Amino acid sequence: MPQLDDLYKEVILDHYRRPRRRGTIDVPPATHARGYNPLCGDEIDMYVSVGDSGEIDAIAFEGKGCAISQASASMLTERVQGGTVADFGDAFDRFKAMLGLGDDDGPAFSTDEELGRQLGDAEALQAVREFPSRIKCATLAWNTLDQALAGRESFEET
Amino acid sequence: MSDLASIREIDAFAESLRKDFPILHRTVHDRPLVYLDSAASSQRPEAVIEAMDTYYRTYHSNIHRGAHTLGEEATAAYDGARTKIARFVNSPTPEQIVFTKNVTEALNLVAHSWGRANLGEGDRILLSTMEHHANIVPWFMVAEMTGATVEWVPISDDGVLDLDALARMLRGASVLACTAVSNVVGTLNPIADICAMARGEGVVSVVDAAQYTPHQVTDVVAIGADFLGFTGHKALGPTGVGVLWGRSDLLDSMPPFLGGGEMIEHVDYDGFSTAPVPAKFEAGTMPIAEVIGLGVAVDYLADVGMDRVRDHDVAILRYALAALTDAFGAKIRILGPLDPEQRSGLVSFELGDVHPHDISTILDQEGVAIRAGHHCAKPLHARFGVTASARASFQFYNTTAEVDQLVHALDIALELFGL
Ligand SMILES: Cc1ncc(COP(=O)(O)O)c(C=O)c1O
Repeated sequence: MPQLDDLYKEVILDHYRRPRRRGTIDVPPATHARGYNPLCGDEIDMYVSVGDSGEIDAIAFEGKGCAISQASASMLTERVQGGTVADFGDAFDRFKAMLGLGDDDGPAFSTDEELGRQLGDAEALQAVREFPSRIKCATLAWNTLDQALAGRESFEET
Repeated sequence: MSDLASIREIDAFAESLRKDFPILHRTVHDRPLVYLDSAASSQRPEAVIEAMDTYYRTYHSNIHRGAHTLGEEATAAYDGARTKIARFVNSPTPEQIVFTKNVTEALNLVAHSWGRANLGEGDRILLSTMEHHANIVPWFMVAEMTGATVEWVPISDDGVLDLDALARMLRGASVLACTAVSNVVGTLNPIADICAMARGEGVVSVVDAAQYTPHQVTDVVAIGADFLGFTGHKALGPTGVGVLWGRSDLLDSMPPFLGGGEMIEHVDYDGFSTAPVPAKFEAGTMPIAEVIGLGVAVDYLADVGMDRVRDHDVAILRYALAALTDAFGAKIRILGPLDPEQRSGLVSFELGDVHPHDISTILDQEGVAIRAGHHCAKPLHARFGVTASARASFQFYNTTAEVDQLVHALDIALELFGL
């Protein structure tokens, strides 16, 4: 049976109550996307600004919602700040696999230690996998960042 | 005070009826199910399930067409359900009962059929701030099509409709869309008074009784609305069926909503003429099994007695409001009026900084089912400065022990969140 203690770990509540990188960044130079979970009303506004060589120079978010969605946003921003867009793509794949959403989430599953390196604090969201109705809460910020970054590409193309 | 006032009486009443509801005997996460989400959808008694089963097993066929035995039996059962429901809501005639797929469709029917034919540039549509999206969005749609405007009737901080403002706003307005019971704050509106005020100003009243009908006597004559809708699945009936009741002269004068089979009198190369009410509004093959099931559901409710259902409602609300405030004091914020007599069936709340969605997950682990979210009433949540709330809702099959289990599970939520 899934355990609530695993879902509401201290590190998750800490990010929920003291979100890192909460705020906004001017658009442009940043791009922005809004993610919304119509089921429960969770909202995330993601702002990201990317340098010429694809590094994430600045990232911030605002939002309202449950502990899982808001902690996930905070953990995500902390994890990707200073990394590259490609780096985020890898982490996102890993994150989805951890939640059972990847194409192959089978035997090659990382150890906690490895996961921690790949995902930072977001590794603590592992147990969400056992609560299917909450997976969308965990992925909301990640999908929203993905959109904000896609917005950057189309922005650059035009 | 009611004769069900004591806890023992509330529970004895609930226990005597629980046996009729098979689903209430299951477990969730190895714990007995505590179902406190009847406002989203009630559970249904064996008799309703059986009636639908019997229809499919023994006399299923289409209705109002063909002359064979099965068709005649099905038609009699379908028309019989209309008569039962007419009696249940004290409708002067069965023809004033129109079947739809839910209350959402009933309200859309009024907005699109009556609204598009009767509203135009400069006409004013009044909506109470405590409407469900089902009695908001259709009116926005029709406003856009006709050039009418939408205005909001305000509510007080404790979720009570501002009747003084309503009286002012009704002057010169065309239509008032108002819920009889708020599905979020639980307020039981003085709906007969409200409809009388509207009538006095020549304003058409459209009452959403989705949360009202399952909990007290629905008497369309006493309420005095022009239109009133409710939904089957919240009133012990199946999903897929709703009811619109309307004033005869209005229903007769309205254009059809959906076109197709069953709703016509005559079709030729030049056009069509419509069948009389209610067939005019029941296009295509209707949810026959569901209508029959709903007929049995209202019979069941009538047997239980809607006055006793209301007594149980007030008693369990009184118990729940006291239990929640005693247990959580300043940590809990209860939305809506605190007097159980002014409420119906449900309690929405905020608990510390634990988000409703988290509350609902935690409660589920204890077997307790509640609703979390905006409950399809975003304007109302905006009024209270919240995006979401947690809602425990009751029906006569709920016991005080289940309220205790709710409190216990909320305690676990607070503990997990270190509050
Ligand atoms: C007050 C109110 N109106 C309308 C509805 C919509 O009901 P349905 O989805 O059955 O049309 C609901 C329930 O969700 C409700 O609580």
